[in-house]
Amino acid sequence: MTTRIRVGWRASVGLTGDVLAALPVPLAFPLLIALYYGESPLPFLAAIAVSIGLGAAFRSVQDPAENLGPREAFLAVALIWFLVAAVGAIPFVVAGVGTVAHPVNAMFEAMSGLTTTGATVLVDFSLHSRSVMMWRQVIQWLGGLGILILATAVLSEIGVGGAQLMETETQTQDVNKLTPKITRTAQLIWGIYFGLTGLAAVVYFLLGLAFDPQMDLYNAVAHAFTSVATAGFSPEPLSVGAFHPVIQWAVVPFMVIGSTSFVLIYFAINGDPMRLLRNEEFHFYLGAMGTLASIVAFALFLDPSVTFGAEATVRHAVFNVASIVTTTGYASTDYVLWAPAAKHMLFMGMFIGGMVGSTTCSIKSLRWLVALKTFRRNLFTAIHPEAVRPVRITGKPVDEGAIRDIYAYLLLSIVIFFLLTVVIVVDAERAGLRVTEFEALGAAATTFLNIGPAFGDAGPYGTFASFPMSTRAVMIVLMWIGRIEIIPVLVLFTKAFWTS
Amino acid sequence: MHVVVIGAGEVGTSIAGSLASDHEVVVIDVDPERAEQLKYEIDVLTIAGDGTTSEIQSAADVGRADMVIACTDNDQTNLVACGTAKTLGDGFTIARVKSTDFLRTWEGSEGAFGVDFMVCTDLLTAENIVRVIGLPAAIDVDPFASGLVQMAEFEIAEGSPVAGQTVSEADRFESLTFVGLFRDGELTIPRGDSGIKSGDRAVVIGSPESVQAFATDVDPHTTPDEADDIVIVGGSEIGYQTARLLGKRELRPRVVERDADRARWLAEQLPKAVVMEHDATDAEFLTRENIHEADIVVTALGSDEQNLLVAVLAKRLGVDRVIAVVDSPDYVTVFEEIGIDIAINPRTVTAEEITRFTYESVAENIAVLENDQAEVLELELTKGCALVGRPISELVADIDARFVIGAITRDHKLVTPRGDTVLEPGDHVILLVESDSVSEIASMA
Repeated sequence: MTTRIRVGWRASVGLTGDVLAALPVPLAFPLLIALYYGESPLPFLAAIAVSIGLGAAFRSVQDPAENLGPREAFLAVALIWFLVAAVGAIPFVVAGVGTVAHPVNAMFEAMSGLTTTGATVLVDFSLHSRSVMMWRQVIQWLGGLGILILATAVLSEIGVGGAQLMETETQTQDVNKLTPKITRTAQLIWGIYFGLTGLAAVVYFLLGLAFDPQMDLYNAVAHAFTSVATAGFSPEPLSVGAFHPVIQWAVVPFMVIGSTSFVLIYFAINGDPMRLLRNEEFHFYLGAMGTLASIVAFALFLDPSVTFGAEATVRHAVFNVASIVTTTGYASTDYVLWAPAAKHMLFMGMFIGGMVGSTTCSIKSLRWLVALKTFRRNLFTAIHPEAVRPVRITGKPVDEGAIRDIYAYLLLSIVIFFLLTVVIVVDAERAGLRVTEFEALGAAATTFLNIGPAFGDAGPYGTFASFPMSTRAVMIVLMWIGRIEIIPVLVLFTKAFWTS
Repeated sequence: MHVVVIGAGEVGTSIAGSLASDHEVVVIDVDPERAEQLKYEIDVLTIAGDGTTSEIQSAADVGRADMVIACTDNDQTNLVACGTAKTLGDGFTIARVKSTDFLRTWEGSEGAFGVDFMVCTDLLTAENIVRVIGLPAAIDVDPFASGLVQMAEFEIAEGSPVAGQTVSEADRFESLTFVGLFRDGELTIPRGDSGIKSGDRAVVIGSPESVQAFATDVDPHTTPDEADDIVIVGGSEIGYQTARLLGKRELRPRVVERDADRARWLAEQLPKAVVMEHDATDAEFLTRENIHEADIVVTALGSDEQNLLVAVLAKRLGVDRVIAVVDSPDYVTVFEEIGIDIAINPRTVTAEEITRFTYESVAENIAVLENDQAEVLELELTKGCALVGRPISELVADIDARFVIGAITRDHKLVTPRGDTVLEPGDHVILLVESDSVSEIASMA
């Protein structure tokens, strides 16, 4: 008796093929850069060839009769994110330079790129060609808002399945359709993303002209890609700390906007800014950043070993807290040198996350807000057991089922995080490395929650290459899981998914 | 006037009954037995059939009707009936609805559904309840002249300071007028030296502040206006509307509703209220949640029996004031005799609201008192009408009917009526009139 597979995997694989077949377009950009700078275009040509080939192969499997339902969407989301990262690793391998030439490292870098984590295994940035460095930026920009929303916007064959895909990709709420056609909604959202990126590039370039010649056109574009995507890669080994303070300040608003709900940004642009300004999640998100930044600034002021001036202290507190809470991962200074109080605040900040429906990662402010409000509600119902008291966000009641899902997600995230810390510490011991507990916690949080920099060797000016290969492999998987919010991957491992 | 009433239910029958004496009334009802029975009960023509069809409406001569009142139990039927009536003739259409959604739609668009005036029973009842809550010592309160003037009816209790005084002693307020005294169910038009006895019901008209002050005189022990703890038992539409209106006045009522889904819906709609999901007849629950210490309990459950049970329970546990919604008009006196402080009948409230339109549009507002013995009207005086140009003392002497002028507003300002006050065109006059003479007085405006 053969067990029937009850997932329309052909639809998922076919869709993956469609997306892979479209990858040559983003790959063309670093290709042009390579040609412009006289570098070898081979890494990108190889990647393009593979994506076309794989794309065609996967598409051939497609069965037009099969529809893309919720189950197929899970499979599609998981497959697409993994395979796009795999194709994205090819340029690094083919270029053959530095640590990233090794396939596992290349996959690490590509996955860290696509999931907008921003953790790197590069050791010496100067070894790599400008085109390859730009590819790192581009791949982060692709993953920033979500590949599937881009796919829905651009690939018309996705059509109505796009709503399902977008909801599966974001996991938290129902998709806010702005227009009747989902394609149009996706295009509007991507339009805002595109516009913000362009704006960032212009602003950075102009500021570079005025203040810092190191912020040339290349750097302006490169950083525009990863600021709005709240991703964190930089062609500069010192990250944004390499630039003039004015530029550092200028990056902050773009990170903050990148982490704000794009639907609310859409409404604000189209004449209804109060919807954004009155939104409770937005208040929580800004409040969390503000509070943490204040505590960090306070700790830095008190720290005798910190010799920044007043402006620099505030700047570094604000910048790095914003960078962590928005899950970007830039650094304006080597915060590894800071006192434990300040570092601990950064570590805590990793668990917050920005707003739902933005480029941010981690747990996200809305979940925390709902959880906290639910705790308060539970205290009230402990006194009045018959009281019926819906939890409200910005006046609207939250469905009890959604509250349960949020609690479940929070718990799952914490458990996976702790398991990851165990893997890191034990594996490091096996490999004979000395990794402190705090460094392990930091490394686990930063990869799983897609932040980027950690503490110790894997700090903002360090590298993840020092971890054993096995740990890096596990981190690849965790970055992947964290970005697509756990569930799409975990369901693939249940029997029920395939056979019931 | 030629009036067509569609739907011979409680409301329809009540309205037809009020109008039958002065107007030609045709009543349409879908139940032939009901239609047959009705023509013996009140002096109207009855037609059995579907009142939404042009066929039946033509049989009722809707084309010639001055007014068409659709008050069946079904909102959509009432709306369709009005729409049909508008195709046949030019009468003033009134529809009774339960759903406030239709009311909102109609308010947003003049003449929507072919309805000239819409009455939302549950909302009206809720507004009535909320007004009564605001003036705790009163049995009935109605606003007139866009709120400048209030009419209130008080029951004078045994220990009240006012009991035993004469009218002129009690009426120590400049802008307040005693317009009526009900003793043992009989109406008397009081004079300055009339004595007030305990058990009497006094009707006063005046500015809201003077009514408020008089209320404090009548019952000084009453809890102040901001009644802090109000509990609404029963999340019915009336219960919900009452909670909502109280919320708008910055009060935080508690609502007790037994059904889980309804309780959830109420909690979502009423951010300011505390909703509890439980059976309100459970005395242990009532004491545990301190409902027995509530200042006011409003019972708005599904049936009169349930309302009576909870109301009596609440009163026994020691609640200060209990207001019950009573569906059947016959039970209103039963409730009040048992000791429930105020019983409100939604149909009376609806009938009052609709009936005021049957006056020649000069009467803007009315309140019906004591089972139709007297009515308080607001009349806008037209130029050259019979009431202007003469001092009130002359009018009182000349006109045969029993009436008392309670208040006058001129250019949105209150004028206290005295014997020598002369009425002018454009004045809004609020007066109490014996029911039999209402049309006569109204037509003189």
